[in-house]
Amino acid sequence: MAEHETEAGLHDDWRLGRFLRKGVLMDFLNGLIAFLNFVFVPGLAYGAQLALGALGVTLIYGILRFSNFAHGDTMAFGTAITILVTAVMQKAGIGLGVLPTALLALPFGIAATGLMLLATDRVVYRFYRKAKAAPVILVIVSMGVMFVMNGVVRFVIGVEDISFTDGARFVITAAQFKEMTGLDEGLAIRTTTAITVVTAAIAVALLFWFLNRTRTGKSMRAFSDNEDLALLSGINPERVVAVTWLIIAALATTAGVLYGLDKSFKAFTYFQLLLPIFASAIVGGLGSPLGAIAGGFVIAFSEVTVTYAWKKVLTYWLPDSLAPDGLVQLMSTDYKFAVSFAILIIVLLFRPTGLFKGQSV
Amino acid sequence: MKKLLLASAATALVAGAAFAESHASEVKIGIILGFTGPLESITPNMAAGAELAMAEVNAAGTFLGGATTVTPVRGDSTCIDAAAATAAAERLITSDGVAAIMGADCSGVTGAILQNVARPNGIVMISPSATSPGLSTAEDDGLFFRTAPSDARQGVVMTENIMDRGIMSVALTYTNNDYGKGLADAFEAAYTAAGGTVTISAAHEDGKADYSAEVAALASAGGDVLVVAGYTDQGGKGIIQASLDSGAFDRFVLPDGMVGQQIADDLGAGLNGSFGQYPGTDSAGAELFQGLASGAGFDGTSAFAPESYDAAALIMLAMHAAGSSASADFAGKVMDLANAPGEEIFPGELAKAIELINQGVDIDYVGATAVELIGPGESAGNYREVEFMDGVINTVRFR
Repeated sequence: MAEHETEAGLHDDWRLGRFLRKGVLMDFLNGLIAFLNFVFVPGLAYGAQLALGALGVTLIYGILRFSNFAHGDTMAFGTAITILVTAVMQKAGIGLGVLPTALLALPFGIAATGLMLLATDRVVYRFYRKAKAAPVILVIVSMGVMFVMNGVVRFVIGVEDISFTDGARFVITAAQFKEMTGLDEGLAIRTTTAITVVTAAIAVALLFWFLNRTRTGKSMRAFSDNEDLALLSGINPERVVAVTWLIIAALATTAGVLYGLDKSFKAFTYFQLLLPIFASAIVGGLGSPLGAIAGGFVIAFSEVTVTYAWKKVLTYWLPDSLAPDGLVQLMSTDYKFAVSFAILIIVLLFRPTGLFKGQSV
Repeated sequence: MKKLLLASAATALVAGAAFAESHASEVKIGIILGFTGPLESITPNMAAGAELAMAEVNAAGTFLGGATTVTPVRGDSTCIDAAAATAAAERLITSDGVAAIMGADCSGVTGAILQNVARPNGIVMISPSATSPGLSTAEDDGLFFRTAPSDARQGVVMTENIMDRGIMSVALTYTNNDYGKGLADAFEAAYTAAGGTVTISAAHEDGKADYSAEVAALASAGGDVLVVAGYTDQGGKGIIQASLDSGAFDRFVLPDGMVGQQIADDLGAGLNGSFGQYPGTDSAGAELFQGLASGAGFDGTSAFAPESYDAAALIMLAMHAAGSSASADFAGKVMDLANAPGEEIFPGELAKAIELINQGVDIDYVGATAVELIGPGESAGNYREVEFMDGVINTVRFR
């Protein structure tokens, strides 16, 4: 009898404990999901977009030795062409099912951008390269190219906001997630977010394989390390430059299209992307591909996390008595750009070569 | 040959001078709008609206005793560059000799022209589209009016709109400029006074790459709906898109800058249950004006085109009632003519209005936008309350 009582008591205790643990666990999970949904997932997608853009900037800096201010508009150009091809494909009924048609149109965008960049190099940059112009002159030249491309893009596609994504918008929506897990907070994952991260990973892997394993990639690195020695060992500089521009075209167009799929296309916004992209490349270390990727994520996450209002997450995580009344926001979202540029300045002050030992600026 | 040319040139000059002489009773009215800059897509229709009213008065041939014609003179306010707008207004007044100004369009440049040019020169200004609440309290020496309502009024209308749906807590985001900040402040004051709670009021910059930080903060603060005081093709849309995607909010309140067919098309069913308001009236005048406008070859539904017609019409009727084109004489007449009591005047009836004034009959100018000037000479404001459903914008009622 006594044994029975104890057992029942134990059973009750166990149930109570499980209930408590479940409540606490649920709160913890809810807070975690809220954080993932509003900070981690958007930051991851934005970081991948910035990283791809910064990779392009860093390659130009490493191999052609100047900061290319036309990079944002190169992205816009590639995206504009991709949008046009996408529209044609949609008319013709060609699609990828749940995936956006734009992925199919991407190679055409890359090809057009490659041709455009090679032509620009032939008409503009080659002259200054032959004249051994100082990098600062090339920077100003690239600014001129930027203004021309600014105009070209607007002629091709206009100034309006264009949304060109199709296929399934979500891998999982917030509502579906809530239903599946029974949590109060939803975790939405967009198809474009998943595609962005996956494509960025593939592009980066390809790039590293190319730079480290192939003959052309090795000659590019040699050219980057020491131009004179590379010339002496029989590397054809024009070929290295051409290949570099083609890679830039692929990276810039991919970055632009992924960004446009995730948000939307607007020529002016792409021009504005230049600032965070340069910040990423410099924080990571100009000329260092690994640095560009790290820099992209540092800038993206610093913009989202430092200005995040922790109220929701803390309300879940803290006991009711400690739940915050205010927003628990370190600083208002107005300052998010100040945050990324403060990080940029701190890095430049203490590590002028960036996090991953690029060239000093 | 050379002599002949010279002689004909001289003749033309003399004739020109004589021509000008014989039309000494011409009245010039300046039209200062942002023909370049952010509003360049709607300002041509606004100017056409004002010029339509002037053409109507000229056709009547009875303005200021009959021998007087009205000539429009355009100037570019740029909408954003106060120095350029001031210079344009200066030129219109000192060089062209305009008697009054129909304009300006954007709140910032309107304030600049009022303080730097209109007041020092004592010239009447009627703006068709400046909505900043700040202009209600600006020093104007009784010279400044507007046929557009102050956003303080929209703040109140939006509050009623939200309260009627039983929503007691909202998150608020606004585009970081005079318009967004003015409207957000006006709304927050009205909504809080009515007992509602604004959980967060966060600015966003237009044309930026990413809005997840803003949406994260807004979502964390919570609220039943998200009020977005922004622009439909700018950050406002980015915020709504990101909120829908992350499940942060599923209902939105869209004030005038956000209501547009483009956003309804783009977001489709995502906006179901969202609502908003923008200036509009069910008065017969609106339809009459659209008929006149299509007859004149421009779009009468274009934003602020009806307000422009009304602004120009009020200037001319006030001049006629005062029997003088001097601002000091007719400034006092504007409020009388715009408001009841009196015989109602609709678009296309300016000749009748002039006739009635001649007979000494009191008139109430209703115009294209049901003009009723209140307080410091600004439109009381009629708003169209709309709801979004599957990409269609439905008018619920007028407030």
